[in-house]
This record gives sequence, structure tokens and C-alpha cells, in this order.
Amino acid sequence: MADTTTEPDDRPLWGPTAYLLLVRIWMRAASQYRVSLLLTTVAQLFTTCLDLIAILVIYSHVRTIGGFTLPETLYLYGTTRLAFAVSDALASGVENLATMIRLGNFDLVLIRPVSSLAQVLADQFTPKRFGKLAAPVLTLGWAIDALPLHWTAAKAAVAIGTVVCGLVLYCALWVLTGCISFIAVDAQEVANSFTYGSENATEYPLSIFGRPLGLALTFVLPVAFVTWQPSLYVLGHPDPFGLPEFLRFASPAAAAVLSGLAALAWRACIRHYRSTGS
Amino acid sequence: MTTTSTTDPIILAEGLTKAFGSSPGRFRRRRTTDGGFTAVDGIDLRIAPGELVGYIGPNGAGKSTTIKMLTGILTPTSGLLRVAGFEPQRDRVRLARRIGVVFGQRTTLWWDLPLKDSFTLLQRLYRIPPDRFGENLAYYTAALDLGEFLDRPVRQLSLGQRMRGDITAALLHDPAVVYLDEPTIGLDVVSKHAVREFLSDLNQRTGTTILLTTHDIADIERLCSRVVAIDHGRVTYDGSIDDLRADRDLETVVRELYLGRSLVDTTE
Repeated sequence: MADTTTEPDDRPLWGPTAYLLLVRIWMRAASQYRVSLLLTTVAQLFTTCLDLIAILVIYSHVRTIGGFTLPETLYLYGTTRLAFAVSDALASGVENLATMIRLGNFDLVLIRPVSSLAQVLADQFTPKRFGKLAAPVLTLGWAIDALPLHWTAAKAAVAIGTVVCGLVLYCALWVLTGCISFIAVDAQEVANSFTYGSENATEYPLSIFGRPLGLALTFVLPVAFVTWQPSLYVLGHPDPFGLPEFLRFASPAAAAVLSGLAALAWRACIRHYRSTGS
Repeated sequence: MTTTSTTDPIILAEGLTKAFGSSPGRFRRRRTTDGGFTAVDGIDLRIAPGELVGYIGPNGAGKSTTIKMLTGILTPTSGLLRVAGFEPQRDRVRLARRIGVVFGQRTTLWWDLPLKDSFTLLQRLYRIPPDRFGENLAYYTAALDLGEFLDRPVRQLSLGQRMRGDITAALLHDPAVVYLDEPTIGLDVVSKHAVREFLSDLNQRTGTTILLTTHDIADIERLCSRVVAIDHGRVTYDGSIDDLRADRDLETVVRELYLGRSLVDTTE
């Protein structure tokens, strides 16, 4: 509305604005099928609770896992799940990328005057993904209530930062896995093992995996930064792997590095996109 | 005012080449076992603003690959390419507001939403000023007879209706260049006629440059003053339609072109 003279204005629509615009239109499209939307939302809500039940069952037999009590584990679970669920809601449009490329519809993304990434992230956005938020929010609430912690401003900030950095890191992972679709169109399963796999890995205390795998998850796929390292600080728990203290606060750096990598990879993929036959 | 004077071509290609499977880029190691092939092999093309050019050739000749390079979808392997002063792949997002693309075989509209919603979304995405958008939508609604199905979900439209919607979608932002990839494919006689008359009128009324690929001789005959034919990625004819059908009927000549006879004389 503000711009009455768009003639010389050459700037494309800002990526986040385009994203929100597309999210809105996809939500409208999804709401055309109301019953299906309602049922799948409820289904999402229940399936995300299943993991939680598994954790509760384990703790009915043992007092601690890898040195972590039930509220501590639920805190780890809650932060990871929350970060993942939000990233899933925001960015899992990337999962459609392989199909888009295979059917040639990705061509249509590239003829629009807005960021290709914004279009892909928003693709087929559906409100049902919000169903996944319920379980982690409740769990985290309960864990925070049950933890015998003295909350300081610093701890609260780190706790919020944990979720935010985790969410950014997962979004970057989504984009990177999307890049796999450019190289091998059938590779969505491989891609899923990175996103969903890393999520599953970090919702338990990392110490249950033992040192080699735990370190691999920390440094190769910097998944551990999502919740593990900052949560050790919040919970006042020593690092079972004995890593240096500063890593507790390295999440923003890890998120920034991975986001940068994802952006570079995406650009390279667009440049080398091969399209389909006709 | 503008950087392009009337003599400058709006589309300029020199030695434009696209090879698949052996691209010399960062992914060099990813060689295909089938050796790769060259879809477009050194094409030279100069199209002046306001021209309506038919781009023809048999299936697999390299037409779609050319158009995908002109839109910035594909990166050329080598050669020079400028569209409206832009290097398409590098300036893809900025170029997008100056070009319109219609794919006869796929829709750019939002399947589950009323046709009109796709248009209003495009207004935002292309940043079309509201008054301009209103004018254009009113014009195209009348010219392409969209009124009766503007509020219907795209999935419920007939092919002919959908194509008219797609053409409108490609033009609402007043593009300087429009690529139409088989816009009349699968349409009935009446719809084909309507689309042709519309395109001819668009070209004359607004001076929009149009590049049209088609397998329908009647499209070419009705619309194009100039024809560029390619085969195996090389230009086999580039000239006026009148020269092309000087001594025989167009269909025979086109069939011969498709069978691989080159009509290119070394001049131009």
C-alpha cells in the first residue's frame, strides 16, 4: 500500500514476507478439506505422545538413565521436541522437494520473483503440524515445575535460547536434507534419517549412547548443541563426556554456522538444478 | 529512460549451449555413466522487442531446454545470454518480474483455491500496484471470458478454462517478454482459436515480445511472422514465415525440418 511508485523499485518481495504470504494461502487451501484436517491434527497430537509414554514406562523401572532423573530427561525431551516441532511446522515443506523436482514442478518455483527457499519451506503448509506442539509444551511445563532448580535469569535465558537455537539448527538441517533431493531424487529416506533421526537421538540424555556416538552427534552433526550442551548448564549437570565448559553456550554459533552452510548449499543446488525432460 | 533502445534485442543468445551429464562445475565428479548429451548446441538468437516468434522443432530438439535457460531455471553450460538486459540464471529473481511463462502441460495456479485467489496472491508476489492490477484483471477477465469461473476452484476448471487462467496469471504483471510452451496443447478448436486471437491482440496492443513453442502448424501460421526451428540443439531455420512457405505449403516444409533437413543458409 505504501509504495505507489513501484516503477523503479526493483527489489523482489522480502523472503520472510513472501513466506508468510504463501503460508497463509496454503493454510487456506488445506482448510478446504476440513474433516481430514481435523482428524490428522488429532492423530499428530496422539502419536507425539507415544514417545513420552515410552519414557515414562522406562522410568517406572529405573530411577535414572545415564545419570539423569525423570524430570531432567523430560526437560531434555521437551526442549528438543519443542524445537523440532516448531521447525517441522515452519520448514518441513522441504519434504515435498523431491516430488517437486521429480515432477518438474520445481521449475515453477524458479519463475517466481521471490526467494525459492521461502516458496519451498512454505510448500503445502498445513495447520495440522501445530498438533505436534501440544505434547512438548505440556512436557516441558511439567518438567520445569518438577525440577528442583533455582531458576536464575541466566538459566531462563539459556533455556529459551536452547529452544530458539534448536529450532534454527533444525531448520538448517531441513534445508540441507532438501539439498540431497537435488542430487538424488529418491533420497528422501536418507534425508529423513538425518532430520527425524537426529531428533530422536537428542530427546534422551546423550550419555546413553556412550562416548564415541555422543561425540559424533556433537561435532559431526552438531545436533547435541540443540539441547544437550545448554541443558547441562540449566540442569547444573556435569558433562559425562567431560567437554569444556564454553560449549554449553556455543549453540548460537553452531546454529549460525549450520545456517550459513545450508544457505550456501541451497544456492549451489539451484545453480546445478537440472529440471526434467520437457 | 530505459537502457534498451529499440535496436537492442530483448533476447540475445550467442553460442548458447547446455550439456547434461558432463557439466564442468563444482559437481565435476558426478559424471553420468551414459556419457551425457548436449541438449542445446551453440544457438545464436536475436529477438527484437515486440516480435512474435514461433520456436519449433521435433520432440527432444531442445526447445524446452532453451526456454528454461531463458527464464533462468537452467544454467547454460557455455555461451552468452541476455534477456531484457539480465543474465537469466544470475538475475533470475529480478528477471522474473519482467517475464511471463505459460507451460501448456502444467499449471502455475493454486489447485484447491478459487482462480481469483491465485491472481490476488500473484499481485502480492509480483508487487503489482493495486490500480494496475485492477485494470489488468478487468481487462483479461473480459478478453478471455473468465467471469463465470473466477470464483471456482482451479481443480474444477476445464482444460480450456484453466489455460485461460494460466495465461492471465502470466500477464498480470505486464511482462516485457512472454514464453508460451505449447499453450494450445489439448485444447478444442474453439479454445485454440480464442487463445490465438488473444495472443495476436496482446502482441499488437502492448508490444509484448512473445516466444511461442508449438507443434500446431495453425498456431504458427496465424501468429508468427518469424520462425526459428531447431533440431538436435542446433538452429535449422531462422527467418520469416513467408520465406519458409515460399514454394510449398507450411506443413510440408515443417515436416521436412522435423525430419532433419536444414534450411539454414549461411547468411542469417
